[in-house]
Amino acid sequence: MIEIDNVYKSFADLEVIKGVSLTVNKGEVVSIIGGSGSGKSTLLMCINGLEPIQKGSIRVDGTEVHAPGTDLNKLRQKIGIVFQQWNAFPHLTVLENVMLAPRKVLGKSKEEAEALAVKQLTHVGLGDKLKVFPSKLSGGQQQRMAIARALAMSPDYMLFDEATSALDPQLVGEVLDTMRLLAEEGMTMILVTHEIRFARDVSDRVAFFRNGLVHEIGSPDQVIGNPQKPETADFLKSVL
Amino acid sequence: MFDYTFHWRSAFKALPDMLAGAWVTLETAALSMLLGTLIALLLTVMRQMQHPLPRHFANTWVSIARNTPSLFQIYILYFGLGSFGLHVSSWVALLAGITFNNAGYLAENFRGGLKAVPDTQMRAARSLGMSAFQAYRMIIIPQLLRIVFYPLSNQMVWAVLMTSLGVIVGLNNDLTGVTQDFNVKTFRTFEYFALAAVLYYLIAKTIVLVARLMAWRLFRY
Repeated sequence: MIEIDNVYKSFADLEVIKGVSLTVNKGEVVSIIGGSGSGKSTLLMCINGLEPIQKGSIRVDGTEVHAPGTDLNKLRQKIGIVFQQWNAFPHLTVLENVMLAPRKVLGKSKEEAEALAVKQLTHVGLGDKLKVFPSKLSGGQQQRMAIARALAMSPDYMLFDEATSALDPQLVGEVLDTMRLLAEEGMTMILVTHEIRFARDVSDRVAFFRNGLVHEIGSPDQVIGNPQKPETADFLKSVL
Repeated sequence: MFDYTFHWRSAFKALPDMLAGAWVTLETAALSMLLGTLIALLLTVMRQMQHPLPRHFANTWVSIARNTPSLFQIYILYFGLGSFGLHVSSWVALLAGITFNNAGYLAENFRGGLKAVPDTQMRAARSLGMSAFQAYRMIIIPQLLRIVFYPLSNQMVWAVLMTSLGVIVGLNNDLTGVTQDFNVKTFRTFEYFALAAVLYYLIAKTIVLVARLMAWRLFRY
């Protein structure tokens, strides 16, 4: 369970998150929608401790993320994150990209890590690209590789930070299909996304962020289908 | 007006001695690169630090190394330290001087290279649970090495050429030192130095060639 309690986050003088509270239960898929600058992506970076927070608390399975004594390296092993700019490691092959963390962080043997990587890469449809360098892959393939890389750590949670925003339109579908597959397998996921229809399809709950706050939250049918607040309706009108 | 007769034969007879000198030159340059690279990495880290003391120290090092003649750097290490009662051999002074110079230039290259590796690579590595050290070692440094590889090989060439400055602090067993000894004995300045120049040229070209081959082998992506 991820418990976000009254979190404030600023970059220098700019306050981007202004008291967000949100709880994500095991097995739940929560989508975060909202305009750029509303603090959605920043919140994801705070959840696995890549960004410090100024106030409030974030607990993952009861572990306080920003407490001084927290072993973030350990915590991050169970929180996979997929970035907008897929961030493939360019000097490693697809297989090596996925094997690296299981070997070096989880301490698995080469054979174990390789079997795991092959399994995950096959899962995302890249079983035939193992020996290829990322530069030879399309954006969609690199993003699916990034998903496999995160999954190879057997995380309990997956965070997606606008995973399809940087992709060519015709490549979005293959990545969304992979994410849908994960959701159906019961992975606990937080998706920051601009794919409203997709969010409506796969989510258990949708949160609309505005000015660093959760402006509206509820079932997809409520927030997207029948928004209660005028700002939510305005936003949806502008993107749909 | 031009009645100089070339005497190549005596120069060629000195070739074995000069080749031995060339070997000392190459060894000295290689050692100064090895030490220079290690110090440059250290300086690069120091320049990233929050604490002003290591930052200023590293910045001063880089600034002096890059903005004063390498001749003076070697001179000061030899005679300057000597006047404080700290006597080092010519070879040590030369090695220290070139290493000082290499470290300064390489630290600047490394800083540029580090900027060229996107921050997001670090984020991605850390998000997988790697420690900062692991992320540097397995993700950042390998990419950095590729970016700085050619500047690094250039610096190696530069280090070889800089060893010729050893002669001013009395080094006599490197290529320039050996050549100078023959020159003093025979006054066949042109022949000996022409031959030495060819040897320097060949060493430099070989380094560039070896670097190309290594790059081709190392950087598969």
